[in-house]
Amino acid sequence: MDDQSVLHTTPLHALHLSLGAKMVPFAGYDMPVQYPLGVMKEHLHTRAAAGLFDVSHMGQVIVKAKSGSYEDAALALEKLVPVDILGLKEGRQRYGFFTDANGGILDDLMITNRGDHLLVVVNAACKDADLAHMKANLPNCDVTLLDDRALVALQGPRSQAVLAELWAGVSGMKFMDVREVPLHDVPCIISRSGYSGEDGFEISIPADKAEEIAKALLGHPDCEAIGLGARDSLRLEAGLCLYGNDIDATTSPIEASLEWAIQKARKAGGDREGGFPGAERILGELANGTTRRRVGLKPEGKAPVRSHAKLYADAEGKTELGEVTSGTFGPSVEGPVAMGYLPVSHASAGTTVYAEVRGKYLPMTVAALPFITPTYKR
Amino acid sequence: MLKFTAEHEWLKLEDGVATVGITAHAAEQLGDLVFVELPEVGAELTKDGNAATVESVKAASDVYAPLDGEVTEVNQAIVDDPSLVNSDPQGAAWFFKLKLKNAADADALMDEAAYKDLIG
Repeated sequence: MDDQSVLHTTPLHALHLSLGAKMVPFAGYDMPVQYPLGVMKEHLHTRAAAGLFDVSHMGQVIVKAKSGSYEDAALALEKLVPVDILGLKEGRQRYGFFTDANGGILDDLMITNRGDHLLVVVNAACKDADLAHMKANLPNCDVTLLDDRALVALQGPRSQAVLAELWAGVSGMKFMDVREVPLHDVPCIISRSGYSGEDGFEISIPADKAEEIAKALLGHPDCEAIGLGARDSLRLEAGLCLYGNDIDATTSPIEASLEWAIQKARKAGGDREGGFPGAERILGELANGTTRRRVGLKPEGKAPVRSHAKLYADAEGKTELGEVTSGTFGPSVEGPVAMGYLPVSHASAGTTVYAEVRGKYLPMTVAALPFITPTYKR
Repeated sequence: MLKFTAEHEWLKLEDGVATVGITAHAAEQLGDLVFVELPEVGAELTKDGNAATVESVKAASDVYAPLDGEVTEVNQAIVDDPSLVNSDPQGAAWFFKLKLKNAADADALMDEAAYKDLIG
């Protein structure tokens, strides 16, 4: 979608404008990239206290078996993702990805066991394709987009204290727990998760109550509104992938260093080994390795190295190795940070490679991810 | 004499040498700067060619040469502390000094009133 087309708005659009947000088109939505605080201070505030992000552009989708059985829905969705969904306990959430027949990644998503159905949250840019994919491939399930709900992320070490003003029970939740809780007397779905590397929550709210609840959270002195700019620098410091940059249909989950998200039940020798698109390649790569891997990259100098910068083995640009897929300045790291793909020969931590930036070859060191220490409440 | 370009640079002209920086409006639009790359002293710049690069958390932006000339001095202080560009863009955070090829070229640039009209 180009800038001239009509952009969708989220239920919090008027609030963003009233807060003085700078709005940009993102995945077909008019979204706040930053507020008057600015990307740098928004990022640092989230790591120090709490930040509220509007992520209502993401797709919230219910997958419910026509039989009404959770097991039927779980087994159906397992045909599309290499994740143990049957083994997911009620009120628990897990990260996963849709794979294609070539073992590439169609989208990444969060999957929750909601008792008699699944709640999945997918990326805004992939929402339509994901819905079509699930509707076509889950014939025994009803697949329903919840387009009447907002989604906000409350992230940072003070998130629990901020949310506790609305619901005292929040301290009982652990990382990846999901609860349905009334906030301001309306049923909200709260997960203890996020995309910043910090403790935090994602809260699904009926659209007509979203502004009221967002304002209540922002009313806490520790909580500031945070835009997509800081969301990107926070997730990159946390080593988390952005679909379309760091992962896509040309990258397998093993190349993307996401094998931690494939549970034992779906691996070779597991109870439900394979049975997802691209299983042959993905299980083969789990057993035998891949030719390239997604790695963290720390520029040695001060210059940020952005996505699509080419990576070389040498400082003269003779032997091309791969490219940077995400790169920015990390406000908490106080220096540039990046991720990219490298051949396994150059993917060990400590290896020096060279990125082409404005005609120069800048040294970068392969670094362990994440760049910060996460504060998840496990 | 103070002049401005449509690319949001200011030039302070003294004896055929222009001290060049970016305007407060440009600095505000760019947001918090985290990296500045300046030209080499002695570099011959061509009007509208790349002269410097500034980067915020979000993105890199080019700073163009406002006129033809030779770089005689650069401001290392903004390389060491890019935030100076946000805090004092039209003062301490000048970028480079340019010995103009034709001092008269500067006459065609905007004065402060015209620049203020441009940015509204």
